[in-house]
Amino acid sequence: MTVQPTQAGGPPLAPAAATAAGVRTRSGTERRPIGGRISQVLQFAALAIATVIFVFPFVWLFSASLKTRATVLNNELFSEWHFENYTHLFEIVPIASWFVNSMLVGVLAAVTVTFSSALVAFAFAYFRFPRRDLIFGLVLASMMLPGAVVMIPNFLIWDTLGWTNTLVPLWAGNLFGSAFYIFLLRQFFLGLPRELFEAARVDGASYPRMWWSVAMPLTRAALIVVFIFELKASWTDLVKPLIFLKDIGLYTLPRGLMSLVSRFNPTAGGEGQFQYVMAASVVITVPMIIMFFLAQRYFVEGIATTGSKG
Amino acid sequence: MTAPATAAPRRRWRMGEETRWALLFLSPWIIGFLVFTAGPMIASFVLSFTEYNVIRPPEPVGLQNYERLTTDRRIGSSLANTAFYAALHVPGVIIFSLALAMLLLRVGRAAGFFRTVFYLPAVTPAVAVGTLFLLILSGNGLLNQVLGVFGAQPRWLTDPDWVKPGIVIMSLWSLGSTVVIYFAALRNVPTELYEAAELDGAGAWSRFRHITVPFISGAIFFTVIVNTIASLQIFAEIYAMFFGATGSSSAQSSALFYSIYLFQKAFRDFEFGYASAMAWLLFVIILVITVIQVRVSKRFVYYAGDDR
Repeated sequence: MTVQPTQAGGPPLAPAAATAAGVRTRSGTERRPIGGRISQVLQFAALAIATVIFVFPFVWLFSASLKTRATVLNNELFSEWHFENYTHLFEIVPIASWFVNSMLVGVLAAVTVTFSSALVAFAFAYFRFPRRDLIFGLVLASMMLPGAVVMIPNFLIWDTLGWTNTLVPLWAGNLFGSAFYIFLLRQFFLGLPRELFEAARVDGASYPRMWWSVAMPLTRAALIVVFIFELKASWTDLVKPLIFLKDIGLYTLPRGLMSLVSRFNPTAGGEGQFQYVMAASVVITVPMIIMFFLAQRYFVEGIATTGSKG
Repeated sequence: MTAPATAAPRRRWRMGEETRWALLFLSPWIIGFLVFTAGPMIASFVLSFTEYNVIRPPEPVGLQNYERLTTDRRIGSSLANTAFYAALHVPGVIIFSLALAMLLLRVGRAAGFFRTVFYLPAVTPAVAVGTLFLLILSGNGLLNQVLGVFGAQPRWLTDPDWVKPGIVIMSLWSLGSTVVIYFAALRNVPTELYEAAELDGAGAWSRFRHITVPFISGAIFFTVIVNTIASLQIFAEIYAMFFGATGSSSAQSSALFYSIYLFQKAFRDFEFGYASAMAWLLFVIILVITVIQVRVSKRFVYYAGDDR
């Protein structure tokens, strides 16, 4: 591995972990329980309580989504099973379109940001060029900028292009990479032995070929991390849909769910059919939970890496 | 011509093949940075000295927007609301996440299961977390059912004094990613250190204070910064909960966080000039707080194998 200059600009965050080689490090041995049997029982009790706190609200949510207007705020668990709430929901609002819009935007946002960020990250990791560390410092510094500062001018840009009230502004900015993912992927590319690329060069590989055929396949896990992070970010985002979308048929799920809250939330003077809000919350949450279970390994590795390589 | 050319064109001429390829690979970011970050920063800064409502062209008003920041009572109250939230949310996340991560460390193979459980709320979309807590925090909702045992029944969604504590409780439910970070950091603490300390007669607190904390101080520092910056910009769940078409006004004034007020000024009232000034104030606040945190951390953060 080549010696890499320290990052310019960013705060030195790399912590105790001298494990910068790659995420797959399973460092640390399992700790033996300290203390006697009583403290072990107490520890499991604490974990059990925590588990209830983290899981029970999901059960609660699903239960509430199956109730009626009259009973949605009572506290009986699974006392009714009005699955027709879900079919009604699909009739009273275009939630099927919202779902498709969210999927479309999510996949486009995730695919574009993965490839564009990987391209840029490779440049920072492999090429030697003047002012590289200064430019990379700029990438890191741009992460500090609150979205609010550029929010209005970005709205004006898309407005000038005539693309407000379309789904385009929700993902097209990702064509240009994203600082956080560039940073993350650069770390992974740096972990690849430089000799690998020198060998490819000797075999006559061009730079794009080295990126596409050597670097990319070897960092597949990291690319998946970026993909699912962005899919989740896009699926969850409320700000951009609020700013850019007017037609109810163009809404994504978060925007649609918010419109349902405004319409039905009884404490805010709505119509009080709160069971529909709950059913829509289930519809927006379930895909994320499925994705999490399918890609759990990548979620965990990605977050742990973020925290230890910052 | 063979005559020596001037320095500048010569250097450009000699730009190596590698540099040209690097520029090509970097071009998406360079274009994106200029068009969607640097350009908009300049535009936003300029707009902050104007009055602009999209319909008529921007009109320069000098420092008027910034003067208005100092007199607008909602600026003060929304900043106070945000500070209140951040002051409870950040320490809360750190303490509870650390406690949970340390518990995870004790359960061996079962840790993976519990980690999954703790992380579930963190993959739940913010708006859905908001709607879920509209239910949980409601008058006779889940939380008050539990608190009923102690005879307390706060009106979390309507009583201005209880709105923010309710929001903090909601925010703590989604602390999963911080737990994952701490758990990963804790697993890197060498076990031998604890064993040696135990032989030396160090108690549990002393081991925690002198081994655990220094070793994971990098992770703590990272999460403090990230959580602080995020908490100062909290938006989606609160906006969905309290700022739909209608809403209880007393609850709204208590839940009016800075980002929400900024968003209202920009995209409800279309006061682009004033909202730009607000955005720059937020930027400066975040910058100052982060610089302070970095400075303070220099004294406390320990880097293993690092001669910094």
